[in-house]
Amino acid sequence: MVDNEKAARNKKISHVIMFIVLLVLFFCFVFPFLMVIINVFKTKADITVNPLALIGEHGFTVDNFPNAMQQMNFLPVFGNSVLITCCSTVIAIALASMTAFVIVRNKWKACGLLFSLMVASMVIPFQVLMVPLVSLYGGIFGVLNHRATLIFMHVGFSLSMATFMFHGAIHTNVPIDLEEAADIDGCSRWQTYWKVVFPLLKPTIATVAIIDAMGHWNDYLLPSLVLGRKELYTIPIATQVFYGTYSTDIGLIMAALLLAMLPILILYLFLQRYIVEGVTAGAVKS
Amino acid sequence: MRRNTLSYKCQQYAMFAGLSTIAFAAVVIIPFIYGLYLTLTSWDGVSVSKPFVGLANYVSTFQDAAFWQALGRTLIYTVIAVVLVNVVAFFLAYLVTSGVKGQNFFRAGFFTPNLIGGIVLGYVWKFVFNRAFTALGTSLSIGALSTSWLATTNGAMLCLIIVSVWQYAGYMMLIYVAGFMSVSKDLIEAAEVDGCNKAQATMNVTIPLMVSSFVQCLFLTLTRCFMVYDVNLSLTNGEPFGSSIMAAMHVYNQAFTYKNYGTGQAEALVLFLVCAIVGVTQVYVGKKAEVSA
Repeated sequence: MVDNEKAARNKKISHVIMFIVLLVLFFCFVFPFLMVIINVFKTKADITVNPLALIGEHGFTVDNFPNAMQQMNFLPVFGNSVLITCCSTVIAIALASMTAFVIVRNKWKACGLLFSLMVASMVIPFQVLMVPLVSLYGGIFGVLNHRATLIFMHVGFSLSMATFMFHGAIHTNVPIDLEEAADIDGCSRWQTYWKVVFPLLKPTIATVAIIDAMGHWNDYLLPSLVLGRKELYTIPIATQVFYGTYSTDIGLIMAALLLAMLPILILYLFLQRYIVEGVTAGAVKS
Repeated sequence: MRRNTLSYKCQQYAMFAGLSTIAFAAVVIIPFIYGLYLTLTSWDGVSVSKPFVGLANYVSTFQDAAFWQALGRTLIYTVIAVVLVNVVAFFLAYLVTSGVKGQNFFRAGFFTPNLIGGIVLGYVWKFVFNRAFTALGTSLSIGALSTSWLATTNGAMLCLIIVSVWQYAGYMMLIYVAGFMSVSKDLIEAAEVDGCNKAQATMNVTIPLMVSSFVQCLFLTLTRCFMVYDVNLSLTNGEPFGSSIMAAMHVYNQAFTYKNYGTGQAEALVLFLVCAIVGVTQVYVGKKAEVSA
């Protein structure tokens, strides 16, 4: 009895210690974000004098936001990012899941070859492809500076990983009996796929959507090579260009950085559980 | 019967996989092969002609001291960052699976840096290193903090490592958490009945059963650190004096800044091979160490 009490007390103490350690670590992790948040409401002069103060001498100001939004052209840039991310992700999911379906259900040589090539291509880093991409699409086809080109490339790059994940999901989670039943009821393969198989893939669709959307939203190098005109910029490119132009106006920079982070942080607030689960599922499967 | 004809197969393949085959080939396969051809030319990025130069680009790659320096620097950075990321991530995973209050909140918090792109993260940290830490150093009169670390050669590397650890630890933590959860509680209880204390049970039961998590995290951090670009660009931009130019940035500059597309592509290929060899060896060694319960 006494032993039990002692053990319970020890456990409690160790939990309290762990909780304190976690709190300290948590503070370290959010410290950079805190710095941006407290400085975004200060004037440039106040930030320079003391970036650690909660409120500057000149008081609380929200002027940085409208200025940064205007200089950064934030709304059109945000619209570009949303458009490119959504289109790339939706198209990649539709194409990859269909491809995985035909690969899993048929033992044709072409399917095997495509799948092996896709799996093998996952190790190729973007740096190996960037020069030929610019050379082909810029020099030979002349199709750079279009959102559609970037969407097409995003789709092409995300297909391998997405097909691989759908391959696993169809293989283990879609009973072939269901498809045969639909077949007997007179469905074509196309109908069977969209009416029977695709709805069963929902968890994997969510995982792929989260991983791809985050990747496309945050991608910098590929968009910076494809989109050279100001009106086509996405958030990461606009942030980079903005920083280069206004690096001395630190108040504006703070506002721009916060604006760049805000959309995804707000989304995270609502979809936190799905994002954490999706990312874990994606990482563990690959 | 109908389903065995070649035309049926072609039609089905085209219907389901046609578009993705085209996109995949056009964006990955053809550029990869075309890239191999580009290493044999001296294209300047503008002209239509791509003069064939044989292996000259590979020769200049081997003579490019800056490239090998960048590669060596990347190796050092990768080793330190990979070790630290995984130690921190494992420690975090241990803490957030121990049944402490609010563990889901902590998990979500530690993961937050992964949501944001490297460009934005780099600028945020640049502010922290240049302004916040120096202000802290001045007000507390800590000498080491009162000048920006980004201004010195070793300091810039240290900053890159700190940001990488901060960026990836939360993500790897999630994988280790999944690993911790997959180890059956019965096994740990059995070990404790046999007289193991908590630390011994973790060392001798949990960790050996989590080898696949380690293999995976090491592979992910290795490849990501090796190819670091975004944070490198926004945090240090290679400064001071080009001392923090990582391999990927060197390749980018070689191709797009100095317009040596052929040499840049050859160096990219060398970088890819080094990364692939290291990654595959690591996975191979790791798989051998795996045990099952």
